[in-house]
Amino acid sequence: MGARCYHRFVPAPRSPYYTEDHEALRSTVRRFVEREVVPHIDQWERDGALPRALYLAAGEIGLLGLGFPEEYGGTPGDQFAQFVATEELCRAGSGGLVASLMSHGIGMPPVARLGSPQLKAQVLPPVLRGEKIAALAITEPSGGSDVANLRTRARLDGDHWVVDGSKTLITSGMQADYITTAVRTGGEGMEGVSLLVIPGDAPGLSRTPLQKMGWWCSDTATLYFEDCRVPVGNLVGMVNQGFAAIMSNFNGERLGIAAVAIGMAQVCYDEAVAYARQRETFGRPLITRQVIRHKLVDMAQDIGATRAYLEAIAWRVDRGQWPIAEVCMLKNQATQCLEHCAKEAVQILGGAGYVLGAKVERIYRETKVLSIGGGAEEIMKDLASRQLGL
Amino acid sequence: MKILVTVKRIPDPDESLKFAGNAIDTSSSKWVANAFDEYAVETALRMAEHIGNKDRLAEVIVCSVCPKDKRQHVTQFLAMGADRGVIVDADETAMDSQTVAKLVAEVFRREGCDLLVSGKLSQDSEGNEVAQRAAGLLDLPQASFAATLRWDRGANALTVGREVDDGVETKTIPLPAVVSVDLRIVLPHSVKNGATADDHKYSDGARLASLRGITMAKRKKVDVHTPAALGVTPSSHVAVAGVTAPEKRAAGQIVDSAQTLVNKLITEAKVL
Ligand SMILES: Cc1cc2nc3c(=O)[nH]c(=O)nc-3n(C[C@H](O)[C@H](O)[C@H](O)COP(=O)(O)OP(=O)(O)OC[C@H]3O[C@@H](n4cnc5c(N)ncnc54)[C@H](O)[C@@H]3O)c2cc1C
Repeated sequence: MGARCYHRFVPAPRSPYYTEDHEALRSTVRRFVEREVVPHIDQWERDGALPRALYLAAGEIGLLGLGFPEEYGGTPGDQFAQFVATEELCRAGSGGLVASLMSHGIGMPPVARLGSPQLKAQVLPPVLRGEKIAALAITEPSGGSDVANLRTRARLDGDHWVVDGSKTLITSGMQADYITTAVRTGGEGMEGVSLLVIPGDAPGLSRTPLQKMGWWCSDTATLYFEDCRVPVGNLVGMVNQGFAAIMSNFNGERLGIAAVAIGMAQVCYDEAVAYARQRETFGRPLITRQVIRHKLVDMAQDIGATRAYLEAIAWRVDRGQWPIAEVCMLKNQATQCLEHCAKEAVQILGGAGYVLGAKVERIYRETKVLSIGGGAEEIMKDLASRQLGL
Repeated sequence: MKILVTVKRIPDPDESLKFAGNAIDTSSSKWVANAFDEYAVETALRMAEHIGNKDRLAEVIVCSVCPKDKRQHVTQFLAMGADRGVIVDADETAMDSQTVAKLVAEVFRREGCDLLVSGKLSQDSEGNEVAQRAAGLLDLPQASFAATLRWDRGANALTVGREVDDGVETKTIPLPAVVSVDLRIVLPHSVKNGATADDHKYSDGARLASLRGITMAKRKKVDVHTPAALGVTPSSHVAVAGVTAPEKRAAGQIVDSAQTLVNKLITEAKVL
């Protein structure tokens, strides 16, 4: 806090998509990031986890409730509100922050959509207040792309499901209090899959942390279930009907990943421009070199096109459509845009871009998780081609 | 208890200045809320709320003199938690502080308020006048540059700590009154209202508008008055003689020892 405050209320831009409320939201999240995140993010990256106090702070301003029903403590918001919030979170330059702070954004939508009233009332309010952390567990050591063939089993025993198997690469997996988990409750293939909310303190659940290339402040884990007992009421939706829920949940996750990719690409651009203005080589600022300016223009062009694509799709989603092929292609477009921008930003910063502490260094390490997680690039293309009837 | 808080929109102080003739060109400026008014609203909200309890001890009304369609700063403060707004629809950039103070005083009278809270200054003109002038017009006791504030509800009085050059001056003033606030009023323990626990730790700085607050803000009542309806004729007794940019500072130098520094101060800067 200084006498001259840098947080600001940004007036609504001229755009068909954004209202004053979006800009008010932007202002709140920007200030939240400046106050609560930026001073600590490097430490959290070293710690390998976010503190629980951060979830509480995010809950207090309503950030965790965005897009969830009011009756459970949420605040309705459209896709543009989600995009604005994500973009602002990205300004801290840490994808791990967005992934773990918002992991309920992939873990809780199935509960909000399909959970029983009791389950919703039990799980959603504390998660949206930031008192509990939520995660989504689909991927298994035997594979993540082929969801229909997952192996973790749950069998009914009285008033409990008994779960055996394991999950890996689970975001917020070390800290999560509620883990929305894909389990096999029936026969082979997609018709035998259900979703179960496994409490973090369920007997028979153990976890080990994973060290990763990027997303350091996000606690990623492998989870082991051995005779893990979960109350029957924690089933999400109908038994053996989980596959469709997982697939529709992926749409939201993919749009979210595209938003992160665009937000991070923008940070790369901003950092590269700032550096190129200030860095002098051979007696002149870098930005005066045509080669550098052209790189920056290519980045801006890529970001602009990708953002426009996302906005066009977000507009359709807000009107009740889920254009699946477009969402897949957008995810690839956005993650490729980020790979391009991160690569060029590091190049423009030179050695300074390779040193720990530079935002672009971190973002560069975080590009791959976005083109692999939530459906890998190849899987996106396969799905898009099927949807396009090719 | 009714608290009236003055709030002003200003051109973003973080933008670089543009000049047009003998004035600052604000035609393409981004307008933002004056930061000190944020501290004023935060002060009023801390006074009004009883943490851990639903009852409110005061109604917080934000008042702005501004064109009625340029009210985003008012909406921002409603989103932060103020109960309602009053706008005096006028071009405040063409008024002097005395006119603004007259309008504010009149709103205060008509609303039957008990307390006026203002930021100590607005970051654009840094006038530091409105609160004091309004106190004069209303003939009310005032405490300016409040860094701490305790509301004694039994005695219907405020005890205000003011940071002055040689220490902290503590003033007790009866309500109704006028207070202008300094930056330190938003430190975690600066405001006490006798209801919220004295050791309650607020977060450092003015609170953020919550998402719910943003959604609710548009539904809150905002009354719009004209200066004429308030019986005030806008005028300005201040004439701008000239506006110039500060001189550019020369680049600094990094010296390798105290001795070199002293030499340079003697031979180049000629200040020793
Ligand atoms: C940091 C991080 C966080 C994650 N968080 C979560 C989480 O919270 N929850 C969760 O459930 N999962 C999570 N994941 C897992 C992620 O969703 C999977 O990594 C992803 O779905 C790919 O699965 P896989 O790693 O098992 O690769 P595989 O499925 O084994 O695929 C390996 C490679 O082969 C390619 N491939 C696979 N099948 C085909 C095919 N038919 N044709 C052509 N190419 C193919 C893929 O594109 C991929 O590049 C996370 C991953 C990472 C890295």
